[in-house]
Amino acid sequence: MSIRFELRAQPSRTMVWLSPIIAITLTCCVAMVIFALAGLEPVSALATFIFSPLADLYSVGELLIKAAPLVLIAVGLAVGFRAGVWNVGGEGQLILGVIFGGFIALTFGPTGGVWVLPVMVVGGAIGGAIWAGIPAFLRTHFNASEILTSLMLNYVAQLWLSYLIFGPWRDPAGFNFPQSAPLAPSALFPTLIDGTRANASILIALVAVGLGWALMSKSFVGFQLKVTGLSEGAAKYAGFSAKRAVWIGMLAGGVAAGIAGVGEIAGPLGQIFPTASPGYGYAAIIVAFLGRLNPIGILFSGLLMSLLYLSGDVAQMSLGLPSSITGLFQGTLLFFLLTADVLIHYRLRATSAAGAPKGAANGL
Amino acid sequence: MPLPETDPGRQFRLELRGISKSYPAVRANDRIDLTVAPGEIHAVVGENGAGKSTLMKIIYGMVRPDAGDVLWNGRETQISSPAEAQRLGIGMVFQHFALFDTLTVAENIALALPEKLPLKAVAARIVEVASRYGLPVDPGRHIYTMSVGERQRVEIIRSLLQKPGLLIMDEPTSVLTPQAVDTLFVTLRELAADGCSILYISHKLDEIRALCERATILRGGKVTGVCDPRRESSNAMARMMIGADIQAISSARTVSAGSERLAIHNLSLPASDPFGTTLSDISLSIRGGEVLGIAGVSGNGQQELLAALSGETMFADPQVITIDGKPAANLDPRQRRAIGLSSVPEDRLGRGAIPSLPLSENALLTNGGPDSVRGGFIRLDKVKAFAERCIAEFGVRGGTADSPAGSLSGGNLQKFIVGREILQAPGVLVVAQPTWGVDIGAAIAIRQAILDLRAKGAAVLVISEELDELFEIADRIAVIASGRLSPSVPRGRFDRDAIGLAMSGQFAAASNRSEASRVHSV
Ligand SMILES: Nc1ncnc2c1ncn2[C@@H]1O[C@H](COP(=O)(O)OP(=O)(O)OP(=O)(O)O)[C@@H](O)[C@H]1O
Ligand SMILES: [Mg+2]
Repeated sequence: MSIRFELRAQPSRTMVWLSPIIAITLTCCVAMVIFALAGLEPVSALATFIFSPLADLYSVGELLIKAAPLVLIAVGLAVGFRAGVWNVGGEGQLILGVIFGGFIALTFGPTGGVWVLPVMVVGGAIGGAIWAGIPAFLRTHFNASEILTSLMLNYVAQLWLSYLIFGPWRDPAGFNFPQSAPLAPSALFPTLIDGTRANASILIALVAVGLGWALMSKSFVGFQLKVTGLSEGAAKYAGFSAKRAVWIGMLAGGVAAGIAGVGEIAGPLGQIFPTASPGYGYAAIIVAFLGRLNPIGILFSGLLMSLLYLSGDVAQMSLGLPSSITGLFQGTLLFFLLTADVLIHYRLRATSAAGAPKGAANGL
Repeated sequence: MPLPETDPGRQFRLELRGISKSYPAVRANDRIDLTVAPGEIHAVVGENGAGKSTLMKIIYGMVRPDAGDVLWNGRETQISSPAEAQRLGIGMVFQHFALFDTLTVAENIALALPEKLPLKAVAARIVEVASRYGLPVDPGRHIYTMSVGERQRVEIIRSLLQKPGLLIMDEPTSVLTPQAVDTLFVTLRELAADGCSILYISHKLDEIRALCERATILRGGKVTGVCDPRRESSNAMARMMIGADIQAISSARTVSAGSERLAIHNLSLPASDPFGTTLSDISLSIRGGEVLGIAGVSGNGQQELLAALSGETMFADPQVITIDGKPAANLDPRQRRAIGLSSVPEDRLGRGAIPSLPLSENALLTNGGPDSVRGGFIRLDKVKAFAERCIAEFGVRGGTADSPAGSLSGGNLQKFIVGREILQAPGVLVVAQPTWGVDIGAAIAIRQAILDLRAKGAAVLVISEELDELFEIADRIAVIASGRLSPSVPRGRFDRDAIGLAMSGQFAAASNRSEASRVHSV
């Protein structure tokens, strides 16, 4: 008996949805082994790990507020990834959203009215778009790899923000801590659920999912992007512009990340710190692929990643494990997902020992 | 028809017994038996989708059969990978070329050779084999810069360098010129005389009759007959293949030409890469109801001309190309399609279709007009209906609107791609190698469809290396050589030898010849 892979006639729809479940199950198994090795009782530790971030309404609010930027950025990045545009600068684009939105909040917040927040959102979007536009320009005019340029711009953005917070934007009443003055109430997202920190930025993420879905699976532009990503030759022949795809792909990510940046300072933080983002721009790349570049899938994978972040805190506080365990589980999950994904296009077949399959064989 | 009974004591180079292979949608091979003796040139023929390529891939270890035995030199053998097949001495020329685009010719060939040689040595051997067999290629060139005809030469040279005991050739001449085919046949006969067995697949029955001593005929995955092609008429073999007589195309020759629909005015274009062809001063004009054929050896500027016409290459001066009198040279392919110019590329998997997408989405590739897209959104039902119409009207077999393009057999995909353009009823159709790899029945259907389009008043430009095809459907023929286009010759003054001369670049000699022949015929 040997087992081999065989190409399916059509990609399996069942496996598209089953594969994340297989991946999650296997990740849980690995988690239990790790818990056991750390001297914990595996089943109850796993239960604590998974369920305590969901124990009360406040925690659920935390889950949502962390998932919102991940989902928003991931949807934006997925538009580019589908077109073969590798924007890894989500982090820098998010920070530009923080800078642009922060500038508007600090300048107009104290005196302005209800218009301040919408202007911040637009400003953040523009900031992210500019930061994403630089790699897009370099790519379309000089054929510079957008992977490198967008990545390097992350560091530029981070240093720029640090300069602002350590310098001109430092709160005079802040005991010299590197932080801005607290944002005025008109520059903050309203809370959605009483007793939690869940705010209206969650709605923006949901709108992004809807828009992303319509763009990617229903619109002709989405189809053109997909074709460009799959086959350069076919896109050329059909007359779908590769430069346009680069611009759309980069800008979608930049706008989404910029708005997510505003969501951070106008949300739970309420203030601008040099570390405005806990790496959402990078984590969103994983979220996008976990959700298989599909906005609906990204919604779920964003929630899952958010849960892993919160569970990391739980692991530290009640299980006595380092919170870096989050990164370990994120990696494990991605690993199993990519492995299980093979089954979407291939099926397993048992064959006779001789190699050549004779007669009936069992398919999965 | 009695066959020369094979001597039971004689050992076969290759024997297949009861080979079966099912794909989810079809039974591609159904209990196939086949024998090839040493030094035998054996044809495998059949319609598109009959299972020929699948069977060859099984022999080459790329596809595993569900059942059946393979005997190599009389011994039962499991060929589980192409590497193993090469070790046994089996070489293959693929229908859809298996070359690395970003590597050079020499690098590609070095990869396939069993022994490790320095690239210089490989290049030297390539040049030697290439010139000996009349298949010119430059070993330093990158594959992505080459036309399909040139790629085919590389595939053939690679297989010849391997000195195989069995050579599988899956439609090796589909985009070769008649001259190259002739020299190839001389080579193949020499190889066979040295004891190399050859399995030869082609849709061109006259080639088969000229070359092969036995033919196995497949239909629907089953063997429907074994014959000696030299003793059968093309019609009799076609009958075995398709189970019916082939029909001649009705040309309705008397379409009166209308006004000019496509024109090129003094188009010059420097080569975009060092191995490309520079187009110099090309002018042509096609009227409605007219088919202009462009003959020529692949790699003489056909690719560049096609790109200039389709819009993949755009020009600053819009007047260089006019479509229905409208300046169009500065428009991109979509804009040109919108004013009535459709094109069919020669490379069907890398350009004309996306293998991983279903046929419906492949239809959308060029059919993105207001019928299929409204308000920026795709009308899925319309797109699907269009794909289904294309499948039905052009007899595409083995796939539905939902099947990925890559699962279709080569000829069936070609039918789909040509059908997709013709069904959109363009005013101007530019098509390269329209019947590449399609079976006789389908080739007739495609040519008929082109003539029907012409009868409706469209202007058609056909770029083909197959002279017979051009003679059959073209009203005028021009020849492209080294990036220059000869003046066109009207039907009735077609002269195979003159065109052959022109293909080698001797326009003046060629036109003298055809002048002479005209005088003779008066
Ligand atoms: N990878 C695949 N997956 C699913 N179906 C396949 C696959 N490869 C081939 N087929 C199907 O098997 C049948 C035989 O295909 P094959 O390529 O062997 O035909 P062929 O005789 O070589 O045709 P052609 O003359 O068009 O090249 C076709 O119906 C085709 O759709
Ligand atoms: Mg084939």
